[in-house]
Amino acid sequence: MANARPTANRPLSPHLQIYKPMLTMMMSIAHRITGAALYFGSLLLAWWLIAAASSEGYYDFVMGLAGGFFGRLVLFGYTWALIHHMLGGFRHFIWDTGKGFELPTVEAMARTSLMAGFGLTIAVWAVGYIVMGKL
Amino acid sequence: MVEFTLPKNSKVTKGKAWNKPKTKGDWREFRVYRWSPEDEENPRVDSYQVNLDECGPMVLDALIKIKNEIDPTLTFRRSCREGICGSCAMNIDGTNTLACTCGMDEIRGAVKVYPLPHQPVVKDLVPDLTNFYAQHRSVQPYLQTETTEPPKEWKQSREDREKLDGLYECILCACCSTSCPSYWWNSDRYLGPAVLLQAYRWVVDSRDEATGERLDNLEDPFRLYRCHTIMNCSKACPKGLNPAKAIAELKKLMVERRF
Repeated sequence: MANARPTANRPLSPHLQIYKPMLTMMMSIAHRITGAALYFGSLLLAWWLIAAASSEGYYDFVMGLAGGFFGRLVLFGYTWALIHHMLGGFRHFIWDTGKGFELPTVEAMARTSLMAGFGLTIAVWAVGYIVMGKL
Repeated sequence: MVEFTLPKNSKVTKGKAWNKPKTKGDWREFRVYRWSPEDEENPRVDSYQVNLDECGPMVLDALIKIKNEIDPTLTFRRSCREGICGSCAMNIDGTNTLACTCGMDEIRGAVKVYPLPHQPVVKDLVPDLTNFYAQHRSVQPYLQTETTEPPKEWKQSREDREKLDGLYECILCACCSTSCPSYWWNSDRYLGPAVLLQAYRWVVDSRDEATGERLDNLEDPFRLYRCHTIMNCSKACPKGLNPAKAIAELKKLMVERRF
């Protein structure tokens, strides 16, 4: 050990690079990402309200953007982020009461909220299109 | 601090293959993380072939066989070989567990073995757990009382004793703490699941009289509240304990004591 390197040079063992991606862990990071995305979504909402308050021409312009393919894609993503994050919030609410920590329950809650997130998003859009009479 | 990539000196390179499988026998590849403080090389992953027909069933058996028969420089901690000492905690097949209780039949394909994640490496599979032990010390994991000592022992009802079930069994192997992404990013300030489970073990002990001080010590944005219920800890625990639940109970006590 005479020529051993000082302890300061010790490498850091691999972490994210090697850890097995698991549903619960992915749902946690998705909760955070959707939470951050909601800030962006709120800006869109504010933009839409400002447009409605400024002039008919500008409102039509914004509605035109929102109604286009790309606009709808963003809004669809925003809807999913909102619902996914809300369902994640419910999970955290249950955990805050000290319940739902058994591993099978944790797994079932993660799976259910993921599926329900997609399901509800599609349902919201289906209802929207039905109300508009386009479906 | 969140850092997704490894520092330059920690990047893992491809290592060497030490032996080849023979035609006879049930051969399994082991890909093992190697790093030595005695040269200037980066860490690498070496490959070993082990004949499972001539080896015990656990990953630790294979590691010992490699050290005995192929490469005596392979370094790892082990002691009891029956899941009670916690020495052989490492990352096997992507999750933290004890090599001595992890059966090779539980793993498909090559067995990948790394040291516990996001820790300074002393050598090969041996991480430096100094910080982990210092954090354990910081929660004062021993009975604290003010009343006069009873002549014989501190007594406890059966119900109160049962509250310690699922907590006292912790062997401090650090599998849970080093599985936690929150601990990876904030291990300087966040205590991590193992230490918080220990903290809770003393908080709920009916004989302990320092409950208030113990909770005061955890009233901090980082020490306790960096837990975001990611659940890696409870999934990793080789003793089947549930640190995430213990932390949730601590958070509940923090709120309840305000009313």
